Amino acid sequence: MAVEAQIPYQEAMELHDPHSWITKYWFSQDHKVIAIQYGITAIGVGLVALVLSGMMRLQLGFPDQFDFIDPEAYYQFITMHGMIMVIYLLTALLLGGFGNLLVPLMCGARDMVFPYVNMISYHVYFLSVIILLASYFVPGGPTGAGWTLYPPQAILTGTPGVDWGILLMLGSLAVFIVAFTMGGLNYVTTILQARTRGMTLMRMPLSVWGIFMATVLGLLAFPALFVSAIMMILDKTIGTSFFMPAVVSIGDSLDYSGGSPLLFQHLFWFFGHPEVYIVALPAFGIVSDLISTHARKNIFGYRMMVWAIVAIGVLSFVVWAHHMYVSGMHPWFGFFFATTTLIIAVPTAIKVYNWTLTLWRANIHLTVPMLFAIAFVITFVMGGITGLFLGNVIVDVPLSDTYFVVAHFHMVMGVSPILVIFGAIYHWYPKMTGKMLNDTLGHIHFWVTFLGTYIIYYPMHYLGFVGVPRRYFANGEMAIIDESVIMLNQTITIAALIVGVFQIVFIWNLIYSYFKGRDAGPNPWKATSLEWQTPETPPRHGNWAEKLPTVYRWAYDYSVPGMKDDFIPQTEPRTAEETAAGRTE
Amino acid sequence: MTTAIILLIVVLGSVVFNYLSPWWFTEIASNWGNIDFAVFVTFWICGIAFILVGLFMVWAIWKYRRREGQQAAYEPENKRLEWILTIVTTIGVVGMLAPGLIVWEEYVHVPDDAREVEIIGQQWSWSYRLPGEDGRLGLVDVRFMSVDNPFGMDPDDPYGADDVLVERGALHLLKDQPVKVLLRSKDVLHDFYVPEFRAKMDAVPGMVTYMWFTPTKTGIYEVLCAELCGIGHHTMRGTVIVDEAEEYEAWVASRPTWSDYAARPAGDAVAGQAGYVVCAACHGQQGEGMFALHAPKLTGQSAWYMRAQIDAYKRGLRGTHPEDEYGQQMAPMAATLFDAAAVENVIAYIQSLPDEPAVATIEGDVERGADLYRGCAVCHRADGSGSSGTFAPRLAGMSDWYLARQIVLFQQHIRGHDRTDTLARQMTFMSKQLHGQDAINDVVAYINELGRQGRFASNAHGTRDGLAAVTHADAPGAE
Repeated sequence: MAVEAQIPYQEAMELHDPHSWITKYWFSQDHKVIAIQYGITAIGVGLVALVLSGMMRLQLGFPDQFDFIDPEAYYQFITMHGMIMVIYLLTALLLGGFGNLLVPLMCGARDMVFPYVNMISYHVYFLSVIILLASYFVPGGPTGAGWTLYPPQAILTGTPGVDWGILLMLGSLAVFIVAFTMGGLNYVTTILQARTRGMTLMRMPLSVWGIFMATVLGLLAFPALFVSAIMMILDKTIGTSFFMPAVVSIGDSLDYSGGSPLLFQHLFWFFGHPEVYIVALPAFGIVSDLISTHARKNIFGYRMMVWAIVAIGVLSFVVWAHHMYVSGMHPWFGFFFATTTLIIAVPTAIKVYNWTLTLWRANIHLTVPMLFAIAFVITFVMGGITGLFLGNVIVDVPLSDTYFVVAHFHMVMGVSPILVIFGAIYHWYPKMTGKMLNDTLGHIHFWVTFLGTYIIYYPMHYLGFVGVPRRYFANGEMAIIDESVIMLNQTITIAALIVGVFQIVFIWNLIYSYFKGRDAGPNPWKATSLEWQTPETPPRHGNWAEKLPTVYRWAYDYSVPGMKDDFIPQTEPRTAEETAAGRTE
Repeated sequence: MTTAIILLIVVLGSVVFNYLSPWWFTEIASNWGNIDFAVFVTFWICGIAFILVGLFMVWAIWKYRRREGQQAAYEPENKRLEWILTIVTTIGVVGMLAPGLIVWEEYVHVPDDAREVEIIGQQWSWSYRLPGEDGRLGLVDVRFMSVDNPFGMDPDDPYGADDVLVERGALHLLKDQPVKVLLRSKDVLHDFYVPEFRAKMDAVPGMVTYMWFTPTKTGIYEVLCAELCGIGHHTMRGTVIVDEAEEYEAWVASRPTWSDYAARPAGDAVAGQAGYVVCAACHGQQGEGMFALHAPKLTGQSAWYMRAQIDAYKRGLRGTHPEDEYGQQMAPMAATLFDAAAVENVIAYIQSLPDEPAVATIEGDVERGADLYRGCAVCHRADGSGSSGTFAPRLAGMSDWYLARQIVLFQQHIRGHDRTDTLARQMTFMSKQLHGQDAINDVVAYINELGRQGRFASNAHGTRDGLAAVTHADAPGAE
C-alpha cells in the first residue's frame, strides 16, 4: 500500500508543481497531462491513418479512376494505415492515454511511481511518430510491405520503400517499444505499489485490471518485435541472413543464404497476437465500467471478469501461430494452436455474457457512453465469432488471406476498441475538462459511426466467402467476381467515406465543448470509482487533498438495496446495516 | 426505445442479409467438401450464438430502460448461471473444434496414390514441374538458376532429366487424381490459391511446403496469389485446367522436359539468314522495323522473348483476336518457322544484326513519364533493358509506336485475351495504370529518353539478359 509522503504536503506540492508553461504543458510529469499528450498525438496520427484508409477504399470501390493511386501508393497506404492504427493509435491511446489517466486516479495515487520516466516515455513515443511519418519524405516513400512486414519481400525490390521506408519503419517501432517499456513499467509498478489504503486488488475497477494485464502482456511481447526489427535492419543494411534464404530477386541472385522467413513470422506473431489483447483488454476493462455505471448496476460476476482477463492474457501467449496456418509451418502445429485458440473463446464468451447480464434487471441510462458500450458488445460479438472461424484451423484454409480476415480483424480489434475509446472519451471528458460533451453531436457521431462501420464490415465477410483475396491493388478481371461484388465494394467505399467524414463531428465536439460545454460538476454520471471523488475537477497536480482517499468497498456498489442513492462511492465507509446484512464486498 | 428497435434491426438485418446475399463460396471443384462442412458447422454454432446474445441484449435494453422509480437488481454473482454458461460455451466450442481437427487431420495427410506436382512462385508468375516417367522430381537449387535453367535444375541429378517443365503457361491436372502439391518460391512469399479447390498454402523461399487435393470437375480455374508479394501481387494470376485422361496425357506429352531444355539447339546465325528473308519483308533487312508495315524493330530484343512470342503466335495465344489485325498478319509468318531449330537460327541471325536505337516518333512529357515509369521499372528495369527474371522484354531503344499500340491492346484485352497467356494477362492489369493516351505518350517518351541515354546509345551489338550474368561460380553458396 502507498506510503504517505514524509515531507509535509504543501511543501511537497510546491516542490513538485510545474513552474512554467513548458513544464506544465510540454515537459510535464503530471500523469493527466501526459495522458492528454498521448491522446492528442495518437488521435492526430490516427486521423492520418483514417485518411489513408479512405484513399484505399477509393481505389477498391472505383479502381483506375484516380491518378494519385498506383500500386506503390496503395501498398504504402495499407502498410501505414495498419501499423499506425494498431501501434501508434490503439496501443498508445489505450495504454499511454487511458493507462496514464486512469491508473493513478482509480488506484488513489498522487501520480505514477516514476513521473520523470513517464514524461520521457511520451517524448520518446512522440519521436517514434516523427520517425514513422518522416518516411513519407524520404526517397521511395514509406514501406509498402504490409503491416506484418514479412521478409523477404519487405527488404527486396518490388516492394515500395525498400531503401529508406522499411528502415524508418523498423527504427520507429524500436523507438516506440522503448517508449512503451518506460510507460508500461510505470503502470505495472503503480498498480502494484501505489494503491491507496483499502484498495485491494479485488476492489480495483476492471479498467485498471484490463490496463494492468495488457501492460504485462506488452512488456513480455514487445521484445519479440524489438529483436525482429533489429534483425531485419541487419539483414537489410549489412547483409546478414536471419530471415533471408538464398533467393533470385527480379532476375538477380542475392548474397543471402540460410535464413528463415518463417522465423520472422513466429517472432512477429509472438508479439502480434498478444498485441491484439494489449488493445482488447483495456477496452474490455473500460467497457465493463461504462456498462456498470450507466446501467446503474454492479458488473455481473466481477471475480469471473477478473479471472477471465488474467486467463485471456496468459492464453494469448500460446495462440500466435493461428496467424500462420497456411504459412508452411509444420502442419501438426495446427492441432495445438487451433485448440488453444478455441479455448480462449471460453473466457472471452464469459465476458460477453457478463456484459449482457449486467444489462439484465438494470436501470439503463442510454447516455452516449452507454450507447458506445452497447455498440461495442454487438460489434465485438460479431468480431469474436468470426474469429472462431479463422481460429478453427481447417475453416481458416479457404478464408485465410481473403476479405473475411479483413472484416474480422477490423470488427474485433479495429472498430470494437475504437467504440470503447469513443465511449470512454465521452465518459471521462467531464472529469478532464470540467465540461460535458455536447449530447446531440454525440448522438450523431455515435449512430453514424456504429451503423456505418457495421455496414462497412458485416457485408465484407461475404466477399471473403466468395474468395476475394485481400491486399489486391485491383481485382480486375477475376473469375470469381461478378457485377454484384463490384457493387458491394462501391457501397462499402461510400459508407467508409461517410463514416470517415463524420469523425469531424467528434473532433468539433471536443473543441466546442471545451469552451461552450455545460459545466459537469465533480461526478456527472454518479459513479463510484475514485476518479470521480477528487476534491477538484479537473483534478489538480497530485490528484488528492492532503490526505489520500481511503477505500472501503469495491467499485460497483450501484443500486444497493435500502440505500438512498443508487450509487455508493468507494470512499464511503460501510454502514451498520450493510455490516448487519453480512455483505463482505 | 428507438435504440432497442434499431439494434433489433441490426441483429435481424444481419440474418436477413445472410439469406438474401448472393455472395457465397464458389461451387466446389475438389474433394474438400469436408472443409465446407466444417465451415457450415462453425457458421451455425456461431450464428445461433450471435442471434441469442443479440436478441437478449435488445430485450434487456428495451425492458430495463431507465424509468422513474425503477431500481436495478443487486446481484454481484450468480455462480450457477455462470457455470451453466461456461459449460454451454465449452460444448459449442468442442462442437466446432472436433470436426475441424478431424478434417485438418485429413488435410495434412497425403494419400499414398497422390501424384506430385511442383509449383514455383516468383514475382509475379507461376511455373510448374511434373516428375517424368520415373515418377520422381529431380533436385533443384536456387544457385543453379539462370536464364537457361529457370527452374534451378541440378544438372548432375539423373532424376531431373525427364521432369516436365511448364514455364508461364497453364497447369493441367487429371480429374479425380489426388495431387500432392509441393510449393517453392524463388524470391518472396507467395500463396497458391484456387478458390474452387478450397486448399491453399504459402510458397516460402528456402523451403518446400505442401498441400494436397483431388480435382473433381473438369474446367478452367483461375489461380490467385494469396500472400502479399510486392506491387505486382494482384497481377500474379495463373490458370489450372482440369482434364480427362486423354487430354491430360496429350498435354503432358506436349510439354518440354529438362533434357529438352538442356538439348535446345544452339542457333546458327548463318542458317538463320535464309529463314529471315520472310521476316525481312516487313521487319526490314536489318531488323530495324517498319512503321508503315506495322512491324516493330527486332534487333536488340532478347532471345528468350522472341522465342516466347513466336511460340505464342504458333499456339494461337497471339494473332487470333479479331481486332488484332497486325497480329493476324504475323501469325502465318510465325508458322513458317516450323521447328525449334528454325526458330533458334532466325533468333541467332537477328541477334547478329547491329542494334541501333529506333527513331523516336512519339513525344510527351518526359518528366511525367519518368514518374509513371516507376511502376514499369520493377520488371522492365530502371534502364528499360528488361529482364528474363520477370519475363519482361526490353523497351528502351525499341519501336516506340509499337510500345504505345501494345499498351492500348493490353488495356483492351486484345492482347492477353487468352486466360492461359498469363504474362500478357499480367500486362493487362499493369497497363491500366496509364490513364488516357497522354499518359501512354508520356511514358513512351520517357522510354525513348532511356533509349537515347546510357548504354543503349552506344550499344551496337546484342543485349544482356538479367540472368545471363549470373553464373554458377559467382552465385552465393556455390562450392
